[in-house]
Amino acid sequence: MPSALIEKSFRTKRLPHIWCPGCGHGILMRDVAQAIENCGLDPDKVVIVSGIGCSSRAAGYMNYNTLHTTHGRAIAFATGVKLANPDLHVIVITGDGDCTAIGGNHLIHACRRNIDLTVVVFNNNIYGMTGGQYSPTTPHGEKGTTAPYGNIDYNFDIPKLAEAAGATYTARGTAYHAPQMIKLIEAGIKNKGFSLIEGLSVCPTYYGRKNKKGSAIKMYNWQKDNCVDVKKAEKMTAEELEGKIIIGEMSHSEKPEYTDMYKEIIKKCGGDK
Amino acid sequence: MAKRFQLLQGNEACVEGALAAGMKFYAGYPITPSTEIAERSAIRLPQVGGKFIQMEDEIAGIAAALGASVAGLKSMTATSGPGFSLKQENIGYACIAEIPLVVVDVQRSGPSTGLPTSPSQGDYMQAKWGTHGDHPVIAISPASVQETYNLAVRCFNLAEKYRTPVIFLMDEIIGHLREGCELIPAEELEIVNRGDHNVTGMPYAVSEGNYVPEFACFGEGEHYNVTGLFHDVDGFPTNNNEIARNAEQRLMDKIDMNLDDILDWEEVGTEDADVAILCYGGTTRAAKGAIEQAEAEGLKVGLFRPITVWPFPDKAVEELSKKVKHIVVAEHNYGQMLGEVKRVAKDNCTVDFIGKIDGTTLTPADILNKVKEVL
Repeated sequence: MPSALIEKSFRTKRLPHIWCPGCGHGILMRDVAQAIENCGLDPDKVVIVSGIGCSSRAAGYMNYNTLHTTHGRAIAFATGVKLANPDLHVIVITGDGDCTAIGGNHLIHACRRNIDLTVVVFNNNIYGMTGGQYSPTTPHGEKGTTAPYGNIDYNFDIPKLAEAAGATYTARGTAYHAPQMIKLIEAGIKNKGFSLIEGLSVCPTYYGRKNKKGSAIKMYNWQKDNCVDVKKAEKMTAEELEGKIIIGEMSHSEKPEYTDMYKEIIKKCGGDK
Repeated sequence: MAKRFQLLQGNEACVEGALAAGMKFYAGYPITPSTEIAERSAIRLPQVGGKFIQMEDEIAGIAAALGASVAGLKSMTATSGPGFSLKQENIGYACIAEIPLVVVDVQRSGPSTGLPTSPSQGDYMQAKWGTHGDHPVIAISPASVQETYNLAVRCFNLAEKYRTPVIFLMDEIIGHLREGCELIPAEELEIVNRGDHNVTGMPYAVSEGNYVPEFACFGEGEHYNVTGLFHDVDGFPTNNNEIARNAEQRLMDKIDMNLDDILDWEEVGTEDADVAILCYGGTTRAAKGAIEQAEAEGLKVGLFRPITVWPFPDKAVEELSKKVKHIVVAEHNYGQMLGEVKRVAKDNCTVDFIGKIDGTTLTPADILNKVKEVL
């Protein structure tokens, strides 16, 4: 029997999903639905926008207004949806390649505008749908089918990138730390402005196999053992933090939101009459 | 209240026509010679409660406009050559997801950055074949400022009626031309709005004998899925070959079965003409000059001008080819519509071409000389 949340928030006829056994995306997708539920949003007013890739298949399973767009362009489509109707709660589900490679330009400019979008990046450190090529978040030195001798690119720190570009809420969670991930997405939804939540996923099929990470369970345990909450990290030394991943809320600030400012322009022009 | 008669540039008339049609959203990126469309939209849209946004690039421009259309607003984006190339993937997305949108391309000389920003009609074939895969296309090309106003309205009407992107294929000559323009108010125009919304949970289902689905806008309570993957009538992706074939066939049929409504052309003096000049958009001005001069010299020369340039008016041009001895195709390119004319005219008459690819424009004398050559 599916849970009440699954019954309500998912298109159960579309399930089971296409993701591989052990993939973290299903957990992260459920976290998004739980956060929407916890925020008490009217499902009729929720829009899920996604791009292309493993992550972006989530939209089709979720029982809201769902817009599955072209590769990299989810945030640009979402910008149009939100500006057209600011009453809609627009949540973008995207992946590391979709959001920070082909869609990187849209990401930084949406951050800069501080438009009220909540972007959840399902980061599996690899291009999964195309079979395991290295992405902007594949760690330096690790392998992909297009980095057979080890990746010489340096990887992005996505929340840091978003914060620097002007996002007013940034956070990182994991598929393993589900209760925390739900809270981080909730906070992102509640932030009136651009929010980015990176969700570290697990890809046992491509990233894991290519880099000898062991079973899916082993990969989740790795998240458990190597992720440190940001508050705890503050009290740790650089040596202690070596090789660790910091999770939790990374930044939170306030500044006027884009669609609010545009409403003021309309008022000034007499367009509200 | 805006003055009814104004001296306007083609690009400005495009915006005013779009507003009369009900445009409430514009997203784009600056590029000459289309920039005035963005500039006037930025001024005018908030005045009528609409939204304007300058995006970070051309792709984002069309993406945001599509997002706004899904959310219920009549949307437009405008660009020129290089930007039109960048927008192509999302034009295909709009075709398969059936999202109404007007995409203006004020053509300039190419390929690539080309001769910025000399007149050209080099994007004619791109308007049809620019995005990958088989897909239906409607493209409309205006030949004056007034017609730009009127046809902008028609572009929106067709986009809404057939739930498809419509290419408003302008060119630099018309975009930057200044002429008197009557700003016909919306009340005096036929304006098509989105049809009644169905709530059947089958957003891509069509009724018997109909080819265009009707569905609600996001936020109205019907939780449907929009995707660029082939999808069944319920909107969800499928790998079923039969469903994909039927879906693709319906996309093509919705245009092909409504040609009478979509096609439009101007035909003058072809009944007893020996030669017909076939042209569209900016070249029409020189063609009309050539015809005046030809008449003065006692030559029988007619004009055939597709206004809907895609789909191509096959039947009308075939009939034309049976009426006249010669067709001279005049375009500001290396010969693009020429191929369509030859395909349709077969051996009914001779088909010749006069074009320009150096950034200058055809003159009446250029065209008249070609007419005399073929006679």
